[in-house]
Amino acid sequence: MSAGARPLLEVKDLKMHFPVHGGILFRRVATVFAVDGVSFDVMPGETVGLVGESGCGKSTLGKAILRLYDPTAGQVLFEGRDLAGVRGKELRSLRRDLGIIFQDPYESLNQTHPIGFILQEPFLIHGVGTPESRRAWARELLAKVGLPPSAFDRYPHEFSGGQRQRIGIARAIALKPKLVILDEPVSALDVSIQSQILNLLLDLQREMGLAYVFIAHDLAVVKHVSDRIAVMYLGKVVETAPADELHARPLHPYTQALMASIPEPDPSRRIEDKPVLEGDVPSPRNPPPGCRFHTRCPFAQARCREEEPILRPGPGAAAGHQVACHYAGELVPKEGR
Amino acid sequence: MPPILEVRGLKVRFDGEAGPVRVVRGVSFALERGRTLGIVGESGSGKSVTSLAVMRLLPKPAGVVENGEVLLEGRDLAKLPAREMAKVRGRRVSMIFQEPMTALNPVQTVRRQLAESYELHHPDMTTAQVAEASLKMLQEVGIPDPGKRLDEYPHQLSGGMRQRVMIAIALACRPDVLIADEPTTALDVTIQAQILKLIKRLQKENGMAVVFITHDLGVIAELCDEVVVMYAGQIVERAPAAELYRAPKHPYTRGLLDSIPRLDSVRKTRLPTIEGMVPDFADLPAGCAFQNRCPLAADECRAAPPELQAVAADRATRCVRWKELA
Repeated sequence: MSAGARPLLEVKDLKMHFPVHGGILFRRVATVFAVDGVSFDVMPGETVGLVGESGCGKSTLGKAILRLYDPTAGQVLFEGRDLAGVRGKELRSLRRDLGIIFQDPYESLNQTHPIGFILQEPFLIHGVGTPESRRAWARELLAKVGLPPSAFDRYPHEFSGGQRQRIGIARAIALKPKLVILDEPVSALDVSIQSQILNLLLDLQREMGLAYVFIAHDLAVVKHVSDRIAVMYLGKVVETAPADELHARPLHPYTQALMASIPEPDPSRRIEDKPVLEGDVPSPRNPPPGCRFHTRCPFAQARCREEEPILRPGPGAAAGHQVACHYAGELVPKEGR
Repeated sequence: MPPILEVRGLKVRFDGEAGPVRVVRGVSFALERGRTLGIVGESGSGKSVTSLAVMRLLPKPAGVVENGEVLLEGRDLAKLPAREMAKVRGRRVSMIFQEPMTALNPVQTVRRQLAESYELHHPDMTTAQVAEASLKMLQEVGIPDPGKRLDEYPHQLSGGMRQRVMIAIALACRPDVLIADEPTTALDVTIQAQILKLIKRLQKENGMAVVFITHDLGVIAELCDEVVVMYAGQIVERAPAAELYRAPKHPYTRGLLDSIPRLDSVRKTRLPTIEGMVPDFADLPAGCAFQNRCPLAADECRAAPPELQAVAADRATRCVRWKELA
């Protein structure tokens, strides 16, 4: 990636707050700060991984980028164009360049249509091609994602989870988008199927020059497919870095804990000897003051409870490695091995 | 030491609309007190059905145990009258499930649900004793502010806390065996680590045996002493945990281990995969059930179903070509 290249996607200080209504007058009684000031760029052909646990806002962020939600504040620029003001026809034409793949392809595929129709729909919606060419393209898509031609006339319920995810992928890439948002694309799949789908995604990226925003809770999976990774906690990015750098030198105590928690298929690392992060993730309805992680952080000081750390270049870290922790670089991660 | 739990030749059939489907096809294992056995397999491998059959919780009337014994200290649970089995369940053998939200009763408080185990198995306990024991149990599973939590409903608790409540209920009567069916699959990784650590600590304190069922070879590695790998309703490999990961003796185990992305694997490279899909139970091939996905498959694999054969003192594989695995 050259320094002068322009990002495909720029997310700037994006906020997505949801009102909570209650009481007899159904007034706004609280706010869920699902995404609370997130910025990152995606270069053409690049994969940016968003990783974090439930409630960190990663899925909301993905939907806000695609304007499936209207963001509360901040900007989303696609090829320099602000998505916020775009409506109607223009939004639809922009969406040709943007695809999305969901966790559960069963819920996101229309049960009443055969696969052949589902795959022609993107072309129909955007008024591309003739009936004959659309059918031909749908067949090409099937081959591209490794499904047999016979799938054309069959219905979603006739397929296994992995095959359905292939259908979801085929639909997302139908219009040759530049960017695809993948929201937990392999977490519902069996291990042996997961690797098949990850390989397919890597192949398609190479072949079509796709950029990915890869959203998942599994750091090992995210690290395998991503060029850069942003770690999220309670609506904020707490650390972002090139993938190998993040793995080699995690600076935020949350990233360190997340990494240590992954159960690796290595029987020399027993659960008894592992450091464990105590407590639950607080509610995004009422995020803690100061650093949002301080309630679970083993290193938290008085300052962490009062002053919110901002994302800044990590001390002594490689270019592009940023961390939001007052004491980053001074912490010695607890190694329980 | 004699095993506390021994399963011999278990076969389970489901009678569906399309006719009977044999989903557990002759499973045997044994477990000693204080030890942890991992049962690993993908969806449809029969791992959960095996555990439900042990607990006699198969859906009725569809689920039928066709054959086999489930011996708890030599007594066959499969042949116990229902009334006797009810005394075993929760008292001698307990089970926890993946989704505590569906396993717990949504309209009863934690206190009520905990009290039920005591009332059922220790009818002589007084109300005060039950209350005290319940409070102590919640403390033991690491629930903060247990006095307040006792009077809450499941929906008021986080996923991790719900799983702790379920563990408290399961362990209230100090069972000899705990069967854990994917208890951490729905949880975040940092919460999963808390729960796994909790199970391990309680196991040490109580000396119980644990059967841990999961699809996650990482979790098995952290927790288990011995592992059985299941595929299409059968055990395809059995080994001590350390041995299994060091040198798998079945091509399916090898394929699974290779296909997991690891933190230190080289980024953006193709992962080794197991091609194809699990065969349909209604339409299993003659010979080895793994043949259509196996890189080693040969004529002999298609000819006859392979037996589970010993390859070392405490290891077995259901593969005739295991020596060819490097």
